[in-house]
Formats: sequence, structure tokens, C-alpha cells
Amino acid sequence: MLRLSRTSKIILIILVTFILTFMYVPLLVLILNSFNQSNISSWPIESFSFTWWEFAATYQPIRTALLNSIIVATGSTIIAAILGTLVAFALKGYDFFGKGTVNLLVVLPIALPGVVTGVAFSNTYNNFLSPAGFNIGYFGMIVAHATFCIVMVFNNVFARLKRMNPSLQEASADLGAGLWQTFRLVTFPQFRTAFVAGALLAFALSFDEVVVTIFTAPPGVDTLPLWILKEMSRPNNATVVNVVATVVILISLIPVFISQRLTRAQDEGK
Amino acid sequence: MSAHTTQGGTKPISSYLYKRAKVRLIGLIGLPMFWIVGVYIFSLFLLLITAFWFVDPFTSKVIVGFTLENFISIFTVPAYISTSIRTLLIALAVTGVCVIFAVPLGIYMAKIARPWVRNTLAVAITLPLWAGYLVKIIAMRLVFTEEGFFNWALAPLGISGPTFSIPIVILTLTYLWFPYMALPVFTAIRQIPPNLFDASSDMGAKGFTTIYRIVLPLIVPAIIAGSVFTFSLSLGDYLVAKFTGGSTQMIGSIIASNINLNPPVAAAFSMVPIAFVVIYLMVARRTGSLERM
Repeated sequence: MLRLSRTSKIILIILVTFILTFMYVPLLVLILNSFNQSNISSWPIESFSFTWWEFAATYQPIRTALLNSIIVATGSTIIAAILGTLVAFALKGYDFFGKGTVNLLVVLPIALPGVVTGVAFSNTYNNFLSPAGFNIGYFGMIVAHATFCIVMVFNNVFARLKRMNPSLQEASADLGAGLWQTFRLVTFPQFRTAFVAGALLAFALSFDEVVVTIFTAPPGVDTLPLWILKEMSRPNNATVVNVVATVVILISLIPVFISQRLTRAQDEGK
Repeated sequence: MSAHTTQGGTKPISSYLYKRAKVRLIGLIGLPMFWIVGVYIFSLFLLLITAFWFVDPFTSKVIVGFTLENFISIFTVPAYISTSIRTLLIALAVTGVCVIFAVPLGIYMAKIARPWVRNTLAVAITLPLWAGYLVKIIAMRLVFTEEGFFNWALAPLGISGPTFSIPIVILTLTYLWFPYMALPVFTAIRQIPPNLFDASSDMGAKGFTTIYRIVLPLIVPAIIAGSVFTFSLSLGDYLVAKFTGGSTQMIGSIIASNINLNPPVAAAFSMVPIAFVVIYLMVARRTGSLERM
């Protein structure tokens, strides 16, 4: 075992406490500020109330933005789930020239800065497709989101496939099952949880995305992060923004929480 | 195989595909590659092409043509050069701070904490990763604003914190991307076999020497893997600078402010972070650290 002197241990514990404080105090300050009676954020908070929570719950622009976020995240998750699974199967089952490149291509959309991805799509939509008479509009956002979500599904499904026993599929084929039947009855049940876990992460990633959305959202359409971004420049609505931010924390954490539960349950079960 | 020859008549498609691995592979990879290459890579390619166009100075319309002006401006306009260097230094600083935080945290979690403390900490450092990007920027603004939590907490000591400037940008970026460094470093330290520590202490090394001579060399690949995220995510960011940096500009700020006014300049400038990230990835690849990602 690593033996450290008492002083070193105490220094370590102080450091760890400091890091955790650094990670959690800002979020706590934010959540508490969503209950601020005043519409301007400050510390310490003078008086608490649910005023802005009630306001946010019925405020139409927030509802519209939330709906847009859910539509975009759902659409891009469905596309990413299909494409990510296909790539995972291709990379798992076959050796071919350019395999490493395919792997890199899947990772690239999240490895490159969001502003580059966003500008690239925006440039294609506005300077190429629009002049050619094709207006992609709302769907442009979903296309862009789906592109960087693929890697989430791919990573999860690929990791699961690598640990799967290929002889089960062979056995199924030997017993006369077709490819689709084997996939539906033998293969899919084995990676279903990884598939769902990956899709949930893709949903969370899309739901939270802002930079690519700035450049690909059609004029007048806000997702929840876009709405927050616009309000951040107007300090008079600070507390409403804090309310929405708190809601975003909750909505983002739920899919991730379920996703990790699924992954863990599967790791322990198998 | 005999089962297949007899079944061939009833499941023609399956038997056809069963024998033809290449057809199956193309069927699997065709659609995703069409999407990634045909849509995404093609868009990046169009962006590169746009970088050679220019804007009519009178009508401010984009003119299709060929000029190297936009690329030359990256290397000649002083404000562009200083912004590129500033961004590079900020990204490196964020990576450095993340390492400084991640190593002691990893050592504590992997080798000193009790199992339940370790598990709790593992969850605790993963959770904020998903708390929302803008949410964390807002949170840092609340803490470091003039009348915010930080100045309030330090007021009794007579200290007042920094205003929104480069140090807060570095701190906020660290706040955003720290888990990407902390998790691989923790995993790597956990995988160090305990007998290495016994051997080290048998040979007379004190705790700190062991960390410096045994732990650090073994976790270099994990640090490099983590740094790919902390570096490239910081490099491309500009909203953190916009909201916590006062007047601080980063590469992304130049791209974002030009995309509507002067798309060719934005396009040319987009190649700067791509170049930085690709160079960084190639260096990281040489060390063989990317295999673990």
C-alpha cells in the first residue's frame, strides 16, 4: 500500500475538500438563487420565495423552448441510435481497410470544437443549400445534433458487443434463424441495455448543446439553452434564468442517472 | 453449414448475406458513413472552400472566387495572432490546472479513501459533467460576480477576488472539463498494483518520492488521454470568455463574430483550432495514449 505521512494525508484531504467545494458550491449558489425573491442575483440572498418558479412554469417562451429542445433531442437521438449501432456492428464484426479512420470519423464531431462544427453546418446551409433553393430550416438543427450524438451510442454499444459471445449468433444461424430473426431474438437482447444507455446519453448531450445550436437554429427558434443564452445578456431576468438552469440540471441528470444504473446492472448481471 | 444449404430456399436474403461478408459490411457501414462523410466531412470541406472566397467591400455580399487574403490575415493581423496565442495558452493552463487537481484527488480516491468514500467521490466527480454547460457558466458568474459568493466569503479576510478576466476564464473552463481529466487519472492510479508501493517503500522511498517516481510515470498516458479533452474543449470555447472573461477574446469569438458579417474570414479562422487539435491528437497518438480512450 501507499504509505503517506500523517501530514501528507491531511494535506491530501484538504485538497480533496477544496476540489469538491470548487465543484459543488457554484451549483449550490445557483440553485439557492433560483429561490431568490429579487429578480437580480446577489449573495447573501435577502429573502426566499417560489415567485420565479411559478412565473417560469407558466411563461410561454420557456415552454416553447423546452418543447423545441425535446423535439430536437428526440429526433437526433433516434438518428444517432441507428447510425451508432450500425457502426458498432461494422467495427466489431469485420476487419477492413480504414477501420481506424472510421473510428476517428465517428469521434471527430465531438473532438472538434463546437464552434467549428456549428460554423461548418451554418456555412453549408446558408451559403450553399439556401442559394440552391433548399431551405433546411428546423431539420438543420437535428442533423447537426445527430452528427455529434452518434459517438455516444457507438461507444456504449461497441463496448458491449466486444464482450459478447459470437458463438450464440452462429448457433442461432445453425438452428435455421435468418439474420433478422437472430438479431431480434439473440443479438439485440444482449446489448439492449447498452443501447438504451447510449441513447439516453445522446439525449442528454443534445439537450445540453448550445454552441452548435447557435449556428444551426433557424431564426426565431429557441431551444432551452438558446433561451438561457439570450437571457444571460439581460441581467433583469436573472432569477428566472436560475430557475430554468436548475430545471436543466434535473432534466440532464435523470437520463444520465438511468443510463448509469442500466450499465451497472448489466455489468453486475453478466 | 448443412443447415444453411437446406434453409437457402426459405430465407434467400439471409443465406445470400451469410456468405457475403463484404455486402453485409457495406450494408452496415454505408448509411453511417454517408451521414458522417457526406454531411459532416463534406460540410467541413465546403468550409475550407469558403475560406478562399471573399466579401465585396461595398455590398458585403459573399463573392465566389479565390483569394489567400483570409489565411494571410490569420498570420499578419496582430489582433488575430495575439488571440490565437492567448487561446492556446488558456487551453494549456486549463489542462495544467486540471492535472494539478486530478493527481492528488486520484491518489486519495484510489489509494487512501475507504471503499464507500471512493465510490461516493467517483459519483461526485462524474455528476457535474452532466449538470449543463450554460448552467455551470451561470453558476461561476454568480460566484465570482462583484457582489457574489466569493467576495462575500472572503470579505472577513479582507480579500476581494478577481473581476471577470482571464484567470476566471481558466477557472471556469477547468470547472467545465475537470471530470474528463479526473476520471482517467483516477482509473489509472487504481490500476497500479499495490506491490509496487511496497517495493518502493522497502527500498526506502518516502510517500512523496513514491508518488513522484512511481505513480506519475505510470499515469502519464491517462493524463495525455484526459488532456485531449481539456485541451481541445477549452481551445474551441468562446462562451466562457464572453460571459466570465470581461473583454477576453478567444479564437471562437473571432469565428462567431464573423460568421454572418464575413463568412470567408470565419471559415479561414476555423482552420486554426482544427490545426491545433489535429497536431495535439497526432502528438498524443505517438505516445500511444489514445488506445485507452
